[in-house]
Amino acid sequence: MTDAPATVTLLQETRHRSLWSDVWAQYRTHKGAMLGTFIFVFIILLTIFGPYIHDADPQFLDIRNKNAGMSWAHPMGTDNLGRDMFAQVLYGGRTSLAVGITAMLLSLVVGTFVGVLAGYFRRLDGPLMRLTDLFLALPLLPLLLVIIMLFRDTLRAAFGPETGIFLLIVFVIGITSWMQTARIVRGDVLALKEREFVLAARSIGTPPRRIILRHVMPNILSPIMVSATLGVANAIITESALSFLGLGFPSDFPTWGRLLFDGANFMTLTPARVIWPGLAISLTVLSVNFMGDGLRDALDPRIRGR
Amino acid sequence: MADGQDPRKLVEVSGLKMHFPIYAGILRKQVGTVKAVDDVTFDIYEGETLGLVGESGCGKSTAGRAILRLYDPTSGSIVIDGKEIAHLEGEALRNLRPTMQMIFQDPQASLNPRMTVGSIIAEPLLEHHAMKPKDRRARVLELMDAVGLNREFASRYPHEFSGGQRQRIGIARALALNPKFIVCDEPIAALDVSIQAQVVNLLEDLQEQFGLTYLFISHDLSMVRHLATRVAVMYLGKIVELAPRDALYADPKHPYTQALLSAVPNPDPDSVPQNRIILNGDVPSPTNPPKGCNFCTRCPKVMDICREKDPAWLDLGQGRYAACHLLEDA
Repeated sequence: MTDAPATVTLLQETRHRSLWSDVWAQYRTHKGAMLGTFIFVFIILLTIFGPYIHDADPQFLDIRNKNAGMSWAHPMGTDNLGRDMFAQVLYGGRTSLAVGITAMLLSLVVGTFVGVLAGYFRRLDGPLMRLTDLFLALPLLPLLLVIIMLFRDTLRAAFGPETGIFLLIVFVIGITSWMQTARIVRGDVLALKEREFVLAARSIGTPPRRIILRHVMPNILSPIMVSATLGVANAIITESALSFLGLGFPSDFPTWGRLLFDGANFMTLTPARVIWPGLAISLTVLSVNFMGDGLRDALDPRIRGR
Repeated sequence: MADGQDPRKLVEVSGLKMHFPIYAGILRKQVGTVKAVDDVTFDIYEGETLGLVGESGCGKSTAGRAILRLYDPTSGSIVIDGKEIAHLEGEALRNLRPTMQMIFQDPQASLNPRMTVGSIIAEPLLEHHAMKPKDRRARVLELMDAVGLNREFASRYPHEFSGGQRQRIGIARALALNPKFIVCDEPIAALDVSIQAQVVNLLEDLQEQFGLTYLFISHDLSMVRHLATRVAVMYLGKIVELAPRDALYADPKHPYTQALLSAVPNPDPDSVPQNRIILNGDVPSPTNPPKGCNFCTRCPKVMDICREKDPAWLDLGQGRYAACHLLEDA
């Protein structure tokens, strides 16, 4: 008799156990993922609210204080023109993170879309994979040069100098980095669609679009997650390469990549100018990687609950 | 079932061919075809269980899947419940799906590992019936009762179950739409013996309860003997013999059936004289079946005509059919 009420509540609980609360419970047990989340959230909050706390102007030239070391006024020192490094890293983070995340999302959406279509529909496989090969074979930098030369001014005129170049860079990075995702996803879809549960869904009469959404997509989450976390890193680094070539954001507009490349010339004099932006990029990439790892585990019911 | 008042034919398969093209070379030219199912004809009466037996790779599963239109048959006609479905496409075919369902061989592979048991069983309902979520849930629980699964399992995932329980989930999914015809594609082959008996008994109970018609594909001859009303024997893409169960097991007509039945292990080997028919060699490749009778390369009673002419499908009376030159003279 004493056991009965306890059992009843237990049953009630299992009945109302929802997918997302399970996922969250599993995610929290993943130490790396939690650490990654804290660091990532910390970096994002810092880039958003940091400039209000450390209110130095990143563009303010103070030649007398050039190449200064760490101090209370300049926590990360100053560069060769006396600009405050910490303020630059904070402002640069806004751009770098925004570019990294948006470009990753764009390449992920394009890559997954192409990969799923190519893998699932045999008729589309040939054309889409040849298109992927075509993009892989394109020489990237000349292509970027041409695209940016052609469209920079039109976009600047249409959306303003910063938004225009932001859109252009995100677009350029997105459409030149989806191919790996597409290939991996296609391979996984090819294997999945021969599995019996997909056949079972067809015997039920589930139309292809819902088979893809219900049975295929959830089962290819792990490669997509891996691509996503690597994609953020890639996008941040490509953006810095573009900035370095003078094709990215204007030179007075700090991004982490730009700071890194500018600092590279002064590495022997003030190594801190390379270390801080580099640290910011590495920490972001690492934390996103851990988050992806934890999310992948949490979304897999076979691992969840162990 | 076969005796008594004229039973209705639920499934009529005639001249069914399922050939898979083989492509090779740089230009992906078609160099041949795998004749997985080659000109198969049979009927299934309402409420009966037709056993389909044969060795691995003879095309049993392909035939089952082609009948449910999971493949596009090369030619032939499939009539289920009075409707020709061999060449239907899209929505028209989808609307007929509820009549016919399938139970798969590997219960592990046939359940999506990322869906809960409840949503797996609810999928057919979601696809074919506009139901309120509450009604759908009630129906899912009802189905779980019918196949002997605890209702509390609805929010669990397939990997948390044993093989027998997973097969019950697969059966519940197949039953969800109140089908008339179910293809059981070796549903017990992946289970251990004690669980096999449970699942077979469950299939029998459900047949009685819901008036189901089964096409029971298996290589387990004793299980087919237990379950089937009529048995069809397949060899290399063709049906060689079709007969009511007792007649087939007592007096097999086709040399292949005789060899197959003589290979069934006997629980007491001393009680009956052992005269096994040993077949030599391997099954010929379905890409290049022998001229004449498909069985002529291994048949112990082979004659000259067997290597020349494909034997006709003979009606031997009393619902028995076979394709063999030996039986033509009789």
